[in-house]
Amino acid sequence: MVLTNRQDDRGAPYGGNPGKYLLVYFGILVLAGLQFAIAYQQVNVTAALFRMFALAILEAGLMVVFFMRLGAENRPFVTWIAIVTLLVLTIMQSSWPDSYRMERDAPPNDRSPGYRTGPSQ
Amino acid sequence: MSQSDLTMGTHLSVPERSSPFAMPSKKLAMWLFLIADAATFATCLVAYGFLRNGSLNWPTPFKFFPTVVNTMVMTFILVTSSLTMALGVRAAKMGDQDAAYRWTMLTAAGGSIFVLLHVHEWMDLIDEGVRLSRNPWGNALFGASFFTITGLHLIHVMAGIVVLIVVGLRCRGGRCDAGDVEITGLYWHFVNLVWMFVVPLVYLLNVSK
Repeated sequence: MVLTNRQDDRGAPYGGNPGKYLLVYFGILVLAGLQFAIAYQQVNVTAALFRMFALAILEAGLMVVFFMRLGAENRPFVTWIAIVTLLVLTIMQSSWPDSYRMERDAPPNDRSPGYRTGPSQ
Repeated sequence: MSQSDLTMGTHLSVPERSSPFAMPSKKLAMWLFLIADAATFATCLVAYGFLRNGSLNWPTPFKFFPTVVNTMVMTFILVTSSLTMALGVRAAKMGDQDAAYRWTMLTAAGGSIFVLLHVHEWMDLIDEGVRLSRNPWGNALFGASFFTITGLHLIHVMAGIVVLIVVGLRCRGGRCDAGDVEITGLYWHFVNLVWMFVVPLVYLLNVSK
């Protein structure tokens, strides 16, 4: 296969305008500010984490769609990126339930024979 | 005509294949790298979350001043540098090499300020006794996880600054490749995007109230 510099000229047509970028910029700043405000709310850690991460996902979405211009790419590519990324990130969440184990002072598998469950006496 | 000439002739006559997803190969490679890098950061953040959730004495040492204020300023600088990067990519795509140079260098300057603030914050924490294996407040893994995640991000920012300077200088020399500016921009926005997840998990969940 012969690769040429002409490949650099293909891809999504460029139509970004500064006004839209400014709107996205201020939007991201506001969302980031809300994250800091949530940190000082009197809520438990789990609720705070979910709220902050929801805002972070919104910020990331704005950045990916407008600054990284994924929204202007062709649809098969966007679909492929979305599927692969979401699949990888979702699989990683499988370890969360186990992180509560220490809180309950329980062994990895509560029902394993030979293990004592619950707090030690 | 020798066999090698025939082979070479055949090679050169092969028509150019269209790139996957009809986009420049450099750009596709950058997106693939970003997916892999997203997995790397996600692994670190999930591992951090696991440790924090599974620990009964996880420290919450960050005071509003200086740590949270410093984090606010760092976030502001990174988000602003994303704006300047987007404007730099736009200028490069429109063929305005001087503007592309200016915006790219401004982005690198923002990244450099971020690095300085970050190193200053690290020094403060080290002065307070935070090490990889111990800290004065609680779970010993706090320091290791904090320095690993913020350090990984810091390395990404520093690498980005180097690339921005190289790409920017090429624009100044009239050898600006809009494709290079664009993929550098993709990388820079991604690094800033990761920071949006690092801040809540590593900093804001550990503020002292």
